Amino acid sequence: MLKINNLHARIGEKEILKGINLEVKAGEVHAIMGPNGSGKSTLASVLAGREDYEVSAGSVEFLGKDLLELSPENRAREGLFLAFQYPVEIPGVTTINFLKTAVNEIRKYRGEAAMDAVSFLKMMREKSQLVEIDQALLSRSLNEGFSGGEKKRNEVFQMAMLEPKLAILDETDSGLDIDALRIVASGVNKLKSPQNATIVVTHYQRLLDYIVPDFVHVLWNGRIVKSGTKELALELEEKGYDWIKAEAIS
Amino acid sequence: MSKETEILEEITGSEYKYGFTTDIETETLAAGLSEETVKFISAKKNEPAWMLEWRLAAFALWKTMTPPQWQNLSIPEINFQDIIYYAAPKQKKVVNSLDDIDPELRRTFEKLGISLTEQKLLSGVAVDAVIDSVSIATTFKSKLAELGVIFCSMSEAIENHPELIRKYLGSVVPVKDNYYSALNSAVFSDGSFCFIPKGVRCPMELSTYFRINTANTGQFERTLIVCEDDAYVSYLEGCTAPTRDENQLHAAVVELVAMENAHIKYSTVQNWYPGNKEGKGGIYNFVTKRGICMGDKSRISWTQVETGSAITWKYPSVILKGNGSVGEFYSVAVTNNFQQADTGTKMIHIGKDTRSRIVSKGISAGKSQNSYRGLVQVMKRADNARNFSQCDSLLLGNLCGAHTFPYLEVENPSAQVEHEATTSKIGEDQIFYCNQRGISTEDAVALIVNGYAKEVLNQLPMEFAVEAQKLLAISLEGSVG
Repeated sequence: MLKINNLHARIGEKEILKGINLEVKAGEVHAIMGPNGSGKSTLASVLAGREDYEVSAGSVEFLGKDLLELSPENRAREGLFLAFQYPVEIPGVTTINFLKTAVNEIRKYRGEAAMDAVSFLKMMREKSQLVEIDQALLSRSLNEGFSGGEKKRNEVFQMAMLEPKLAILDETDSGLDIDALRIVASGVNKLKSPQNATIVVTHYQRLLDYIVPDFVHVLWNGRIVKSGTKELALELEEKGYDWIKAEAIS
Repeated sequence: MSKETEILEEITGSEYKYGFTTDIETETLAAGLSEETVKFISAKKNEPAWMLEWRLAAFALWKTMTPPQWQNLSIPEINFQDIIYYAAPKQKKVVNSLDDIDPELRRTFEKLGISLTEQKLLSGVAVDAVIDSVSIATTFKSKLAELGVIFCSMSEAIENHPELIRKYLGSVVPVKDNYYSALNSAVFSDGSFCFIPKGVRCPMELSTYFRINTANTGQFERTLIVCEDDAYVSYLEGCTAPTRDENQLHAAVVELVAMENAHIKYSTVQNWYPGNKEGKGGIYNFVTKRGICMGDKSRISWTQVETGSAITWKYPSVILKGNGSVGEFYSVAVTNNFQQADTGTKMIHIGKDTRSRIVSKGISAGKSQNSYRGLVQVMKRADNARNFSQCDSLLLGNLCGAHTFPYLEVENPSAQVEHEATTSKIGEDQIFYCNQRGISTEDAVALIVNGYAKEVLNQLPMEFAVEAQKLLAISLEGSVG
């Protein structure tokens, strides 16, 4: 589904990604861990197409297409979803209205007819139950005045509505208490299928208690320095990142 | 599917789509302004002597006046002798039935989305269609007459209801009020008149559609709305003009009178040709709009969506004379490219327990300049007056300007006056967030702007709200990215 090959990216003069290699197949969950500043969020942003970053080398293939050639909106329409670390507020635009626009733009891109209001509301009801989000929240301005937990839950709800092929969760656990974390994680798990894939970007191991990864990668200094299975995450939790840094340098 | 989606689909690739010209034989007076011009217009309309005298007095006064200089606008000098003051499509004679309207004119209005066939109209809206200097048709007249509602062109009103016109014309906006109101009083050629008798709630929206067609013509229309005790009316106004390289002048006067417990809701979607991307051409929109809450507990609400015109100079105001009366002003003003707008309101509290509310949302893009100018005045006897003002500015890009000039004059210590103001920019973060959900940048801007202006758009009648949303999106096309 996703093939990242020797990806380099910079912001201004500063190179942040220094040759990332990663392959994600349908049905898999990958966790990307690493200390602060290692490039985790940059990787998520570059994949989603944020313009602040310049890709200086490498390639990314997504479902057979050259991802880096696509505009951010076309990446989304092709099925790439980013759950933001800091979801943005849009005053006066309800989540419902926002998603109605998004869903239909994506459908249009795929040559499908726009969804009628009844089917849309039905889908909304089902998905809001699935991810346990209060429907009242969806009639309010997008993320405006939402608590940290509500914002993250709204991200997972949007993910449910847009049914992406590849979802990237960028530090979705940050700022969540344990109950909110459990709800968010259970939403993500329910959306998992053999046809889609998830990349979980996180600093802490605790999210991985709930979203169990097939693979864990450790990012440090712009490179993936170690890959393993979920046991690697537990080891990191116990020993910290220093031994990996040491290993990487030697 | 949702109206929003249709709107967003429709906006892609469209610019000012009302820029066409109607090819119709027009009777035009030569350019120039003198007593003769005033006499010609008055004679053309078979006006009684008192009306001509009123006009001539206005003209004499205007000659002694100079254009206002206080606004934050750069207005090129206007040569008033270069303007045509009367242009009218040649019609067979007076149209008695809507079926008699020239098909070419009918097509023009249909192209603008205004049907002059009653069956095809939205059943809840009666329309007065004004092209250049004259009103060509008013729909649903007879149906409204059954309720005692008068809805007709100003020319007809002068002829058929002289007592009402003599009583109210110039009673809210005096001839000498300002340079443009004096000019309008001298040369106004048509407009709409509405009269809602005591206790009647007008069952349909009344609407006037203004269209400038002929080149070099100025449009000077006059609207007068009178609501007697306990009456209600919702009135809508729309306007467009062809794309031309020369600037054209539009100087209208609108007067509203609300008697005891009456409510007038006046909505405008102003979409005059704004000029091209280089700032060439466009309408100069210099308009005086004012309402008086004459009776106790009366209410006047202005809602405006201003997207067009090269220059806008406009301050719909309310004089709160009756005790317990309410004045409201809801505005969205969009400027793009080289457009300039200086717009706002005046709320004059005279009666006791009067309340006013101002919600102004400015949106500037391109190299445009957008100013809010508002006065809240509380007179000595206006005990317990209250005002709330919210003035927000939204900037798109780095080359535009947003300015706020709030004036407060409070002479009564029991007054409560609140003013809030914010300035924000559409963030790249917001746009990227929308992009990441599959929404293009252009659509994202439309979505964000409509969200920002929602409080005002919500005040508009449904059909107009949809129109206004589309307009906002079109006006800002190409302003980001």
